[in-house]
Formats: sequence, structure tokens, C-alpha cells
Amino acid sequence: MLTFFVLVPLLVLLLLNISWRALPRIVPQAAVLVLGFADVVFGLALPSLPVNSEIPVLSELHFGLVADDLTRVFLVSIGLVICAAAFVNQESMTTERSHRNFCSLLLVSLIGMNGAVLLSDFFSLYVFLEVTAIASFILIAIERGIFAVEGAFRYLLLSAVAAMFMLTGVGLLVFTIGDTTFSAVHESLNVATGTPLLLKMAVGIFIVGLFIKGGLVPFHGWLPGAYSSAPPGVSILLAGIVTKVSGIYALVRIAQDVLVSDPSLSMILLVAGSASIVVGAIAAIGQSDLKRMLAYSSISQVGYIVLALGAGTELGIVAATFHLFNHAIFKSLLFVDSASVESRIGTTDMGKMGGIGAKMPWTGTTTGIAMLSAAGIPPFSGFWSKLLIVLALWKAGREGFAVLAVVASVLTLGYFMVMQHRAFFGKPSAQLDSVKEASAGYVVPAVVFALITVLTGVFFPLLKDSPLSFLLLNKGLSW
Amino acid sequence: MNDAIVEIVMLVTFVLMALWAVLATKLLRAVVALAATSVLVTLLLFKLDSPLAAVFELSVCAGLVSAIFLGTITLTQPENEAEVAESAKERIRRYWYLPPLLLLLGVALLQVALPDVPTAAAAGDDVRKVLWTSRHLDLLGQITVLVAGAFGVIVLFKEARKNER
Amino acid sequence: MSAELITLYVTAIVLVAVTGLYYLLVTTNLIRAVIGLELVTKSITLGLILAGRLTGKVGLGQALAITLIVVEVVVLVVAVGLILLAHRHTGKVDTRGLRSIKG
Repeated sequence: MLTFFVLVPLLVLLLLNISWRALPRIVPQAAVLVLGFADVVFGLALPSLPVNSEIPVLSELHFGLVADDLTRVFLVSIGLVICAAAFVNQESMTTERSHRNFCSLLLVSLIGMNGAVLLSDFFSLYVFLEVTAIASFILIAIERGIFAVEGAFRYLLLSAVAAMFMLTGVGLLVFTIGDTTFSAVHESLNVATGTPLLLKMAVGIFIVGLFIKGGLVPFHGWLPGAYSSAPPGVSILLAGIVTKVSGIYALVRIAQDVLVSDPSLSMILLVAGSASIVVGAIAAIGQSDLKRMLAYSSISQVGYIVLALGAGTELGIVAATFHLFNHAIFKSLLFVDSASVESRIGTTDMGKMGGIGAKMPWTGTTTGIAMLSAAGIPPFSGFWSKLLIVLALWKAGREGFAVLAVVASVLTLGYFMVMQHRAFFGKPSAQLDSVKEASAGYVVPAVVFALITVLTGVFFPLLKDSPLSFLLLNKGLSW
Repeated sequence: MNDAIVEIVMLVTFVLMALWAVLATKLLRAVVALAATSVLVTLLLFKLDSPLAAVFELSVCAGLVSAIFLGTITLTQPENEAEVAESAKERIRRYWYLPPLLLLLGVALLQVALPDVPTAAAAGDDVRKVLWTSRHLDLLGQITVLVAGAFGVIVLFKEARKNER
Repeated sequence: MSAELITLYVTAIVLVAVTGLYYLLVTTNLIRAVIGLELVTKSITLGLILAGRLTGKVGLGQALAITLIVVEVVVLVVAVGLILLAHRHTGKVDTRGLRSIKG
């Protein structure tokens, strides 16, 4: 059953590309949307489905896929962001052929990400993350402009270096325990009273690789270039989910299995997390390009997630996962809005956007909502996840880091206020006279995501007991 | 004893070829050096009881990869000649401390006392069995990766037709 | 395998990996950067097989190495595609010609 998440998109992908004749636009677009939506639906409904039933032919192949609550959170996030990216791209891709290629590559990254969150082996994780990465490189450069090519190349080099770190970790794993599955590592770390140094080194080196893939400081060099030079739909994909699945998913898994028993590795997470929060926030303030500012903001927000993981407690893991989901929503929303603006005025330079909020009400409002959520203002979802993060850190005895998280929130509010003021509020300048609201392809996903942010925030207290409790990993925590 | 000497020689040559690849002034020489390292890795893999991987390494890395590099160099030819003409001095300035650094690192590593690992008998399943029974998922991943690569070629290599812009 | 020989193997692997990594980070020529990457990949391949051999799991080591080789070839192809595109735009394969995106 779980194998369908990987096999079906692959089959659809191959079917889509059988004929050389151009297909009507609607076909690849619908394929991507349906599969993305399937991710969301199945992610929500997973427990009640016959997950492990024997399918006649496929039961011979045991893929070893597992799905728990963490997987479900990711499946839902992946599905939502893929759909948003597909919607937005519909507007900005010109020819039939390039549209089909784009959708095919979206499907490749879907296969990669689905596989990555369902598997249970360190080496397979490398393989599927590389699949996603390769799709990303091509997508960034798909319109072949020089900025995009450079952004893609830099990402490629650093991503490959990250892969090498991960593989070194895998090699050490093979050497120490002869196996690369999550469960084997989990057992080995629990059984040995003094966990062997090499095993810890293996996991540590693997984590460094994940840091690079996730764009954490000091390995974030590739991120702003890649996010800002990519076409609008691709930026949404990258910022909304790809970086998170690549870097953070595995970190959460490792935290769950490993860190609860071994605090020494959590210091790495705390340091990297706080550095990312601070550097990202400070760098964001000085940016004049909207997409670059959002890229630095992403570095900062991912820092929060990693910081929460560094707390080393269950509450920390829950907080990290919830913030990850929220970030997927509000960051994608911000990039969708940036794409809307770009579609109307042709640039993402904030200096040229003055007062555009009056001309593009939907875009302006949804941006405001996303911004408030990111800064942790109640009653939006971001408030709750940040609160959980601070709580987790405090309870774990990391008060200093908790204070840092709060202070940085103020910084976050700062740079977003700057952006709102410069770009959206104020009187529209004369050159913006002819600007209208963006077309439905942009507004619809924006509104949907804004609604999710609002509803998740408003109904948060009820979340624990609802069918959506998997977003909090069903830990039954009381705070 | 002879066995060990052969391996030692191969390892040393491996490092030297890698160094040559980095320090070579002409790009073509660097690619040849890279192919040489591939050949050495192949030999080492044979010595490590991994014939299938060795053959893969030889045909793919020494063969296909070198061909790809040669193709790239040919297609970007005009620049490469100018680059060679660029002062060899600047390269020396930038890279001169690499060999000493490596020497230091090498000596330091050789001092590290590794425990005597009893090499387990080359047990375990045959590669083909492993790939098919326990690493299906990786096979599926490989298929997807190849499909992605095909799209990469389609998207990146096609000449942009004028009316497509 | 004697401890000395293992040490030699590990040393060789680390040296080549460091060489490749250093090259990749320092050079401004895009093609050379990819050569550096290939060197690192080779050392990792050797490392994986060595780990497999030392634990007796020769099949696993080879399976991992072969998958690694396939994935890295595709990455190489995409890198070359990007290099050719960069060349088409600027006539060079040098990052100095590309210093357009500030960090």
C-alpha cells in the first residue's frame, strides 16, 4: 500500500511522457495536482487504511516503507506545497513542452520526497534526497537564465558535498554495525552502555551533511542565490518543502531515535539552530529584493526548528514538527504572493513596490497574515509553534536558548514590518497605476494557505483531540 | 608479503594521481589523471573482493565520465586555451601549500593507532542477491534518478529554439 | 587485514577526499570544480567498499557503491548541462564571469 506513494507517480510520469506530441496543458497539470492532493488525503487518512495488506504481485517486493505520524505530517505538507507550486507555475510557463517538462520534474521531486519520508534506512535516504535534489537543480535552471544557472550550480556543488558527508556517515555505520536501517542504529545506540565513539561520529557526520542540505548556518551559502534566482513556482517548492524534507526530516527522525538517549549530539543542534536564527534574521533586514529577504527568513525559521530539536525532549520534537508544518504553509504563502507581485510588475525589488497593497488587496492581506504568523503573533499558527519551542527549551533546562528564541522573534517581526511598510502599505506610486490583482492561479493557493494558517492557529487548543492531532505527533503531552 | 606491497603501491599511486589531477595546468591532463585514479580504484576494489563494483567503477567512471568531460572540454574550447595561457604562476601561488598540507595530514593519520580489525571472512550474500532482496528501494531510486537525468538532458541541453523564448 | 594496511587505506581515502574537497571549494573554473567532486566521490566509493570488506558484508558494500556510482553520474550530467548553459551565456566556464549573485 505504501509503495503506491512512490510507484504511482513514477508510472504516471512515464505515461505522461510516452508520446512526443504535445499534450493539452491540462493533462500534466491535472496529474500533478491529483497526485499532490492524494498525498494530502492519504496523509490525513492513513491510520484507517489497510496499510500493510498483501497486494498479490507487490508483496514479493518488500520495500520496507513505514509511515508514522511524523510521516503523515510531511505527506500533507508535501502535497500542499506541490499543489501550490503547480498552480502558480500554470501561470508563468509559456510553451506546452516546457510545461510538460516542468510537471514531469515536479513529479520526480514528489517521488523523491515521498520516498524519503516513508523509508527507514540511512542509505536509501541519501538516494531519494539526491533524486529530489537533481529534480531541483534542473527546475531552478529550467528557464536557462544566467542567474538561475549559477544558483543551480552552486546548489549542486554544495548538495553534492552534503551527500558526501552523509555517505561517510553511512560508511562508518556499515563499519560499526554492518547495517544502515534506522532500527538497527536505534538498537545499537540503546544496547551499548557506553555508545561506541565511532557510531556517534557516524551519526554526527551524517548530521553535518543534513545541515548543508537544509541550509543551516554556516552552510547556507547556496540558499539565497538558489531561492531568488529560481522561477516563481520553483521557489515555492524549494522554500516550502524541499529544503525541509532534505535537511530537517532526517534530523527529526534522528532526534526521535537517537537524541533522547544521547545528549552530546544535541549541542550541535542547539548551536547550529541559534546561529541560523540570528544570522538569517539580521541578513534579512538588509535585503532589498523580496525573494532574497524571504530566503534569509527561511534560514532563520529553519533555525527555530533545529533549535527545538536540540532541546532533546519529546516536547521539543513536537514543537519542531509543528513549526515545520506551519512554516511550510506560511513560507509557501509568502512566495506565492511574491510570485503574484512579480507577475504584475515584473520585478521583486521592494523599492519598486511601494504601496502595492492598495492595488492587490488579496495579495496584501494574505502576506500580512503570513507575516504575522511567522513573527509569532496570536492567534495565528506561528504563535503556537513558537510558544511550544520556547516552552520546550525552557523545560529542558536550556533557558538561555529560550530567551534567544524570544528575542529573535522580535527581530523577525522587525524585518517583516519593514517589508510590509515598504512594499505593501503607503500610497501607490504612479507607475503602479495599471496594476491589478493577480490572476486566480495565484490568489487561490494564497487564500487557501492563509486560511490554513488562520484556522490552525485559532483552533489550536482543540487540535489535540481532533483527527488532526497527528500534527502534534499524538504525543498526548500536557502543558 | 608481496600482496601487501602491491596494495600499498596502488594506494600511493592513487593519492599521487589525485594530486596530479588537481595540480595539472592543462585541463585535459587533469581529466586523464582522473581516469587514472578510476583505474586504480578499480584495481583496489578487485583486491577488496568486490568485482562487480570494480567493473562498474571502470566502465562508468573511467569510461563514461571521462568521455563526458572530454565532450565538455571540447564544447567549451575557446575559453580553455585562454585559460592555459593565464599565468601558471597564479596557480602555483594558490596551490603550492596543498602537497605539504597533505603530507602533514598523511603523517598524522598514519600515527593514529587503529585497532586490529579481524577481517571477517568475505561472508554475506552475493551482491546481486543483496540488491534484489534487501535494497529494492534503492533500485527504484536508481530508476527514478535515471529518469530525472533524462529530463535534465532534455531541458538543459536542447538548443533554445528562437520561437520558444 | 593488518592494522597498518587499514590505516594506509583510511589515510589514502582521507587524503584524496581532502584534495578533492579543497579543489572544489577553491577553484574558479567550473569544470575543475566538478573534477574535485569526482575525486571525493571516488574516495567515498573506496571507503564504502572497505567498510563492507572489513565487516564481511561484501554484497552490501558493493550494492551501496554501485547505487552511489549511478546517482553521481546523473549529478555529473546535470552539472555538465549547467556548465554548458553558463558557457553559452558568458563564453567562459569561470565563476569570475558569474560573480553576479552576491551572498
